[in-house]
Amino acid sequence: MNEKAILEIHDLDISFRTNAGVIHAIRGVNLDLQKGETVAIVGESGSGKSVTMKAATGLLDANATVNGGEVLYRCVESDGSERIVDLLKLPKKELRSSINGRHIAMVFQDPMTSLDPTMTIGRQIMEGMLMHLRLSKAEARARAVELLELVGIPEAEKRMKNYPHQLSGGMRQRVVIAIALSSDPDILICDEPTTALDVTIQARILELIKDIQKKMGLSVIYITHDLGVVAKVADYVNVMYAGKIVEVGNVNEIFYDPRHPYTWGLLSAMPDLETDDERLYSIPGSPPSLLREPVGDAFAPRNAIAMRVDELGEPPLFQISETHYAATWLLHPYAPKVEMPAELKARLQRARKEAERVQ
Amino acid sequence: MSEALLQVDKLVQHFPISRSFTVKAVNGVSFSIYPGETYGLVGESGSGKTTIGRSIIRLYDPTGGSIRFNGREISGRMNRETRNMLREDMQMIFQDPMSSLNPRKKVGDIIAEGLDIHHRYASRAERRAAVQELLKKVGLSPAHAERYPHQFSGGQRQRVGIARALIMNPKLIIADECISALDVSIQAQVVNLMKDIQDETGCAYLFIAHDLSMVKYISDRIGVLHLGYMVETGTTEEIFSNPIHPYTKSLLSAVPNPNPEVEKRRHSIPYDYASSGIDYDLGTEHLVGGSHTVLATDAEFAAWCGEV
Repeated sequence: MNEKAILEIHDLDISFRTNAGVIHAIRGVNLDLQKGETVAIVGESGSGKSVTMKAATGLLDANATVNGGEVLYRCVESDGSERIVDLLKLPKKELRSSINGRHIAMVFQDPMTSLDPTMTIGRQIMEGMLMHLRLSKAEARARAVELLELVGIPEAEKRMKNYPHQLSGGMRQRVVIAIALSSDPDILICDEPTTALDVTIQARILELIKDIQKKMGLSVIYITHDLGVVAKVADYVNVMYAGKIVEVGNVNEIFYDPRHPYTWGLLSAMPDLETDDERLYSIPGSPPSLLREPVGDAFAPRNAIAMRVDELGEPPLFQISETHYAATWLLHPYAPKVEMPAELKARLQRARKEAERVQ
Repeated sequence: MSEALLQVDKLVQHFPISRSFTVKAVNGVSFSIYPGETYGLVGESGSGKTTIGRSIIRLYDPTGGSIRFNGREISGRMNRETRNMLREDMQMIFQDPMSSLNPRKKVGDIIAEGLDIHHRYASRAERRAAVQELLKKVGLSPAHAERYPHQFSGGQRQRVGIARALIMNPKLIIADECISALDVSIQAQVVNLMKDIQDETGCAYLFIAHDLSMVKYISDRIGVLHLGYMVETGTTEEIFSNPIHPYTKSLLSAVPNPNPEVEKRRHSIPYDYASSGIDYDLGTEHLVGGSHTVLATDAEFAAWCGEV
């Protein structure tokens, strides 16, 4: 395991048994997260981004099978001792009692369904501290009030007695974040944390997570399909398609110099405020069903510039820079020179200029 | 400008919850939509944008104000002729394509339901032909008519919703967050389809959404709603290049920009109605220029314009 890495996923491979047959949802995913960093996983629904992180936290559904791979986590205990554990091999009981919630915390998409409607929010925040940190009730209560203030809930003392339904959507998501932070985790996994929220509240929640990350030295993994969110928060970006990571790089490489046709498509499909072309670019078709193992490049059927070789063999990850990799045959030395679509190119140029201006 | 297709004047929609408590969802909102244009309604959740859409199509009975559609009053009791006109010429596309399609009906029957109700076909062959033509128009294959909604993906289901709205050849389609539940790449497909259909049939859209970049892309004019008040309205250009109201500014500042260097340095402008000292009830419509109006008192208006 890498010196600085806190979480490393190697060759993760997962399939699901369903009535229709076996779905090969994750087909060899590699990912690493270093201390204090933010990594984003982007992809369409069904690309496997949530499943990857669920595997790391032992939350996979009962019909899932892990065919191979490992999820290594560098666990630092409170006495300072360090050990590396494979989260896939850890018994579920131990995972629940010593890792989940304690070292790795999650924030889910919908704050209404991730809170218990029959418990006051104060008790829900204290729950984890009583269990994991073995604090006394009074200590836990004092810390819960502190946490509520940290996540920006006014009159925290009074709010402790509220039930989830008495809070607005944005407030509820703040409570969920407070719960996630209650046991001083090392890693925070945010699964579409703002999809259910309005843009104004979304911006504030993201700024809040960023602030807290700086204060507490957290490592954060974002799972999202919103590239605007990624641009705001991420240091590194993994683009996922059909159970594989097709492009990985730091955020500037992905947004200013994307190489994979799928990343081009994602970036073009999202109108920025300057877009005034008659038609939005859209990726034709829909993601493949993984009931049948894709032959060659899984993206080829939706790719207007697919080549013969895309139907024959699966492209490996080609290295572009020290941090930037993409899995497309276009990067092979024998490949014809193909440029990204002209509109996207113009837009990226505009974006780069704008970026230089603010620097 | 030609005659407005839809004219909403001081629409009020209240929901009495108990004897002492009434939810005031919409408080005197006015706007109009002209034939063939797209009007975008934006605002946060709870601002009343969905309520307005539903009041216009008369899923609710408006508490007050007037709605004129096609030159007829549709806010109060309607005679049969007016009601039929409304039911045919105004259609709606809903947010969640799964819960808005009857799971026990075949897609072909869902699409043809309007035809069935209004007896718009002479023979079964004609009905089938109409359904198949629409399926083709929205990018599905005619064979899909025999399938059930659960056999489709989210984007395809939304296409079925659009086909159902189109079969009556409506003059106005209310699209209530119709792309919010879809993936980015599918969103673009659906928006392109909606634009193509508008070019072809000349229908008008009332496009309700909270995703400002999409609204900017599709709309000719925009209305910004907050807490049931229309705080600012104007052409897309006017709103985006010269926002006056602090709420609009806050909303625009929150739009994510897919440009990491810019995005990381930018902070959204917070806006809190309770502490801002603005009382929407006291505000009146002030003309900024062109068709751009903002809700403000005289003093507020002077202050906000002075800032620019």
